[in-house]
Amino acid sequence: MQVVLQILFALVLLGALWLFSKRIKFIRRNILLGKDDKSRNDNSAKRWQQVALFAFGQKKMFKRMWPALLHFVVYAGFILINIEVLEIVIDGIFGTHRIFAPLLGAFYPVFISFFEILAVGVFIACIIFLWRRNVTKVQRFHKREMKGWPTLDANLILIFEIILVGALLKMNALDQVLQAKGAEHYVQTGNFLVSQSLTPLFEGWSISTLVVFERTLWWIHILGILFFLNYVTYSKHLHIMLAFPNSYYADLDTPKGTMQNMPEIQNEVAMMMNPDAAFDDNAPPPPERFGAKDVSDLSWKNLLDAYSCTECGRCTAVCPANNTGKQLSPRKIMMDTRDRVEELGAGIDKNGKDYNDGKSLIGDYISHEELRACTTCNACVEECPVNINPLDIILKLRRHMIMDEAQSPNEWNVMFGNVENNMAPWAFPADDRFNWANNLETKKDNA
Amino acid sequence: MSKIHVPTMAEMIAKGKTPDVLFWVGCAGSFDQRAQKITKAFIKILHHFNINYAVLGGEEMCTGDPARRAGNEMVFQMMAQQNIAILNGYEVKKIVTACPHCFNTLKNEYPELGGTYEVIHHTQFLQKLINEGKIKLQGGGSFKGKHITFHDSCYLGRANNEYEAPRFLLEKLDAELVEMKRSRENGMCCGAGGAQIFKEAEKGNAEVHFERADQALATHAKVIAVSCPFCTLMITDGVKNREKEDEVKVMDVAELIAEAEDL
Repeated sequence: MQVVLQILFALVLLGALWLFSKRIKFIRRNILLGKDDKSRNDNSAKRWQQVALFAFGQKKMFKRMWPALLHFVVYAGFILINIEVLEIVIDGIFGTHRIFAPLLGAFYPVFISFFEILAVGVFIACIIFLWRRNVTKVQRFHKREMKGWPTLDANLILIFEIILVGALLKMNALDQVLQAKGAEHYVQTGNFLVSQSLTPLFEGWSISTLVVFERTLWWIHILGILFFLNYVTYSKHLHIMLAFPNSYYADLDTPKGTMQNMPEIQNEVAMMMNPDAAFDDNAPPPPERFGAKDVSDLSWKNLLDAYSCTECGRCTAVCPANNTGKQLSPRKIMMDTRDRVEELGAGIDKNGKDYNDGKSLIGDYISHEELRACTTCNACVEECPVNINPLDIILKLRRHMIMDEAQSPNEWNVMFGNVENNMAPWAFPADDRFNWANNLETKKDNA
Repeated sequence: MSKIHVPTMAEMIAKGKTPDVLFWVGCAGSFDQRAQKITKAFIKILHHFNINYAVLGGEEMCTGDPARRAGNEMVFQMMAQQNIAILNGYEVKKIVTACPHCFNTLKNEYPELGGTYEVIHHTQFLQKLINEGKIKLQGGGSFKGKHITFHDSCYLGRANNEYEAPRFLLEKLDAELVEMKRSRENGMCCGAGGAQIFKEAEKGNAEVHFERADQALATHAKVIAVSCPFCTLMITDGVKNREKEDEVKVMDVAELIAEAEDL
């Protein structure tokens, strides 16, 4: 029986890891559908610093203290409780029970007690998060892009974590009861801080019932974790992994106001203004299209951004367009980009690499109205806890909308014409530009 | 009253003189009646403190910022390359501007196109002169002890991380700075950027500039200080919307200084 369980465990573990790696490969391939826009491998010291500050340290989360603290508890719990999962995995494969106990000796109960404190923290934080989402209804959790799956996803994961830590605590309690009754295999570990208070619930049970329940909870815990491992890759919770590379590859010192240059247009204009100039042989060939129409026109960093999005909506909560009831929501831009690249990636897997479903990010996912509404104020970029840049995507889509689709509002066309002809966005004659200096008087002359 | 002659680059060069700094006026500062007042105020300051400056005058063109941000890279490149040709032709080294949009484009986007200059915003310029002891303000005049709130321009603030220079100048006026709930990194846009000011806003349930003006009015400050000609226009309109224009003034930091110095 024991051997069967060990084999079963190994199979389940391998299966879960295989599914996970398949999914990660799919996501990686999808991200690499994006273009390589600029080198992001320079200055690794500074990049690691960003990982430490924003991903590990969650620096930006701490703009809002309470959610930040609760989130930190869940995150620390997630990372550290995984050390206990290591023990579970080893026990599962080798048929041992609590293999770390003899190794750590008297320190073992301290070790487990520490995880149990974290588990209680996670439990409380998840309850509060559920409350915030469903009872107090924090506004940003209820925007239009959150309808349906995104809201369910957020709730599911919270419920899931509550079940997981619950299973862990009960399993530990049952273990201690079994230890006290001197059951076979259950090594003496000493008491665990939190779960010892749960032991009275189970003291009246027979050893065989206790063993069945303890084993069931053990399986629920590990199966839950393996399920979770795969579930996160379909969920906004992917940010627990991608926040790290996303912080690493984020822009370093470029001021946020800088828009990316378009060398192909720069060269074209240079040629136009100076027809005598020799053709630059190194000039890039004219692009298929200007700006971005679909996800494959974006950079891989834009797509990594999309997969890293936590759907927290802090960007949307500070967006002046969204604040005033416009369609634009930076979070929706990120979610749309991710959903579109998932769709395109699945199509490519089915139909080959040149697959074209005739759809695009502009039009089928993001409307012109949304794109027009952006004031380029960078509030969304500033706000994102995991260094996502929604503005970069908006501006690339705008370039396509204006230059390829010629979908410019008429007032903008007038403005473009004025800039081109009057050297100013308004219809004033260029000759009047310096008129302000006529008859300029001051009450006081030089100091 | 004495007249100020505003020197242009062309006439300085013709006289064999080199200005220390070029004042980039920008389209709003050149053409818009309200924004022209900011330009004039800054000119008065430059003149009063004997700064060796010049402007491009009729040779200046739009930096291309609104076209680029609206998505029209073609028009942006045409403007940028012509401007760079002129600036490089005059061997300009240092530029000061009162417009954060021009500031951002000149500073961050022209270098890649061959136009590299030291570009500073007029608030940074004045802060530096004061710190170096080159100019000394008389004190805040009528603004002394007055409640003033400051609206951060996105293109000076978030885009270029400059939050202190304008606040430093307000401090020099001995004004009482009352911050809005959303300020500095969290400041709310006035609604003009990204070429929004050149078209009707998209459909929504409120106007961005009305919202922002309401946030400023909620501080009960008598002056809303700004550091951008476009913010000036938008917030002024928002104050009018609440019919508060007689009680609350919207003024660029340069205008506050010029008035405090009685220029």
